[in-house]
Amino acid sequence: MKIFSGIKKIIFSALVLTLTGSIMQGCNNGSGDGNAEVKGDDNTLLGAGSTFVYPLFSKQFSEYNKLNGLKINYQSIGSGGGILQLTNKTVDFGDSDAPLNEEQAKNMGATALHIPMASGAVVISYNVPEVKDTLKLSPDVLADIFLGKITKWNDAKIAAINNGVQLPATSIVVAHRSDGSGTTNIFTDYLSKVSEEWKSKVGKGSSVNWPVGLGGKGNEGVAGLVKQTPGAIGYIELAYAMQNKMSFAKLQNKAGHFITPNLASTSAASNIELPADSKVSLTNTDAVDGYPISGFTWALIYTEQNYNKRSEARAKNLAKLLWWNIHEGQQYCSDLHYAPLSPAAIEVAEAILKTATYNGKIILE
Amino acid sequence: MEVWKNIKIKRSFRQIRMEKIFRSSLVLIAISILVLVLAFMLTLIIQSMPSIKALGFGFLYGKTWDPVVNIYGTYPFLLGTLLTSFLALLISIPFSFSIAIFLGEYHPRGWFSEFLKNAIELIAAVPSVIYGFWGLFVLVPLVRSLEIKLGVTPYGIGIFTSSLILAIMIIPYAASLGREMIRMVPASLKEAAYSLGATRYEVIRMVVIPYAKSGLFAGVLLSLGRALGETMAVTMVIGNTSIIPKSIFDPGNTMASVIANEFTEAASTLYLSSLIELGLILFLVTVVINIIGKKVIKRFTTE
Repeated sequence: MKIFSGIKKIIFSALVLTLTGSIMQGCNNGSGDGNAEVKGDDNTLLGAGSTFVYPLFSKQFSEYNKLNGLKINYQSIGSGGGILQLTNKTVDFGDSDAPLNEEQAKNMGATALHIPMASGAVVISYNVPEVKDTLKLSPDVLADIFLGKITKWNDAKIAAINNGVQLPATSIVVAHRSDGSGTTNIFTDYLSKVSEEWKSKVGKGSSVNWPVGLGGKGNEGVAGLVKQTPGAIGYIELAYAMQNKMSFAKLQNKAGHFITPNLASTSAASNIELPADSKVSLTNTDAVDGYPISGFTWALIYTEQNYNKRSEARAKNLAKLLWWNIHEGQQYCSDLHYAPLSPAAIEVAEAILKTATYNGKIILE
Repeated sequence: MEVWKNIKIKRSFRQIRMEKIFRSSLVLIAISILVLVLAFMLTLIIQSMPSIKALGFGFLYGKTWDPVVNIYGTYPFLLGTLLTSFLALLISIPFSFSIAIFLGEYHPRGWFSEFLKNAIELIAAVPSVIYGFWGLFVLVPLVRSLEIKLGVTPYGIGIFTSSLILAIMIIPYAASLGREMIRMVPASLKEAAYSLGATRYEVIRMVVIPYAKSGLFAGVLLSLGRALGETMAVTMVIGNTSIIPKSIFDPGNTMASVIANEFTEAASTLYLSSLIELGLILFLVTVVINIIGKKVIKRFTTE
C-alpha cells in the first residue's frame, strides 16, 4: 500500500503541474511579455511572418548567405504569426503585409520599425469564356460586383466601360479568400477607399464578412474556383496569376487610366510622396501610371535592438541584411514576380533603417 | 483452489519490484491521458474567456461573423457542421451496413472478401486533402451538372458536395466495426433460426442485426465523430461563406474549417479568442454526441 500512496502523490503532483502549466500558458499567450530569448549564435538570424514574401526572402537570403556567410531562418507562418513571434521576442525580425494595428503595437511594448521590402499587387481574374479581349473594370463596377449588386456579366454598367465587347448573360459568381490573408486586406482596403457603401457595410481586414460569393483557401483555392466556375470573378496575388498565366482585368486608377497590372505599374504605384515611417496604404494610388490595388510588405524590427541580452554584432548583422535587401537584394524581385521598390520607397526605407539603435547609438552610419 | 493456497511460490525481490514498476507505469500513463483531456478542455476554456465575457450566449445564436467590427456569431457554422455531418451519415449508412453484412455474413472468407476488406480500409487511410482535391476536380463538376438539371444555382461546391465527400470518407468506420460485430453473432443462434425454416434474409433481419445492433450503432457514432471534425476536405469543397444556407445546394461553412482558415491571421484578442471558443463548442458538440451515443448503446445492449 505504501507504494500505492507514492503513486498517488506522483499522479497528484503531475496533475497539478500540468494544470497550472496549461493555465500559465493560457494567461501568457496574447499578453505577450516574452522572456524567451532568441537562441543560436550571432551568425544565424531568425525571422517569421508573411507567406507572400517567402519566395523572395528565401532567394535573397540564400544569395546573402553566399556573400556574407550569414544564415537566416525564415518561417512563413503568416503576417499575424510573425507579429506575435516578434512580440514574444522569439525572432529577430518579423514580416507583415499590413502595418501593425493599434492593439498589436500596444502589445509590442516597444516601438517597431516598418521597412518596406518589396511590393505586390492584387489582380482581378475572371472566367468568361465568351470574352476574348481583356475586360476593363472601374472601381464602382468592381465594388458593385463584390457587393452583389451587379449579378450578370452583360450588366449595363460593365458594358458601358467595355465598348465593342460582346458580354454574355452569364451569372457572376464571386470568389474570395476563405483564409485570413494580407491579400484580402489590400483588396478590401481598396474597396473601402473607392466605395462608401463597401466601407460602411463590409469594411477592411484580413478576413471580412463577405456579402456574396464562395471562399477558396489560398491563392490556389481562389484560382481553382475561378478556373472551374463559368462566370466567376476573384482576386489573386499578381505573382500567382503571372506564374499560372491567368487572365486578369485592366482596372481604372484614380487618375482615370485603365491600368494593366504588371511589375512596372505596381512599382509605379509606390513612386509617390511617402510618409517618413512608410506606414502607408498604396491602394488607390495618386500615381498616374500606378496600378491601384497594391501594397508593401514590411520587415518589422524593434527600434532599440538591445533587448533580451542580444549582442551588438547580432543587431549589426540584422541591420546590414535589411540594408542589402532594399538595395542589391532588389534585383531578385522581378524574376520572382515581385515589384521592386520604387526610388521614393528606397529613400524612405534607408532613412527608417538608419534610425535603428543599439543602446541608443545608431547602428548604421 | 485449496491446493493452490498451500503451494508457496518463491519470487525473487527483483521480480516483485518489476511487477510494481510495471503496474505503476501503467497507472501513470492511463492517468496522463485523462490529465491531457482535462488540460485541453481547460486551455480552451481559459483562452476563450475574453470572447465568452464579451459576447456571452449571443455567440451561440448570432448569425453574423464579422471580424472587421468584432461581431462573432457561430450559428451559421454550427448549422453547417451538423448539416454536413448528418447528411453524410445518412448517405453513408446504406453503404456501410451493406458492406458489413456482405463481409460479415455472406463472404466472411476468401480472396474476394479479403480484397474488398482491404480496399474499404484503404479508404480510411487516404489523407483527407486528397479527397478534397478529388472532390474539387471530379465531384464538383458532376454536382454542378446535376444542379443545372435541378434548376438551382450551379455553384458545384456547397453543403451537398461536402456531405458526399464526407460520406465516402466515413464509410470504412461503420463498415469495419459492423463486420466484426456481425461475425461475432453466435452460430448456434443462426442455426436455430435456420432449423425453424427461416430464409437467409430473415435470419439477417431477425437474428443477426438485432444481435449486432449496438456494434453497428457504435460504428455509426465513430463515423459521426470523424465527420464532425473533418477539416481539410470540407474546406476545399464547401464554399466557405458565413451566409446561412437556404438549401443543401448552397455554399456554407463548418466550425472546423473556419478555425483552420482564419486562425493564422486572427489579429485581435477577441477574434482569436472567438476562434478558440468555436473550438470549445466543437469539442463540446462531439462530447455530447458521444455521451448520447453511449447511452443509446447501453439501452440497446441491456434490452
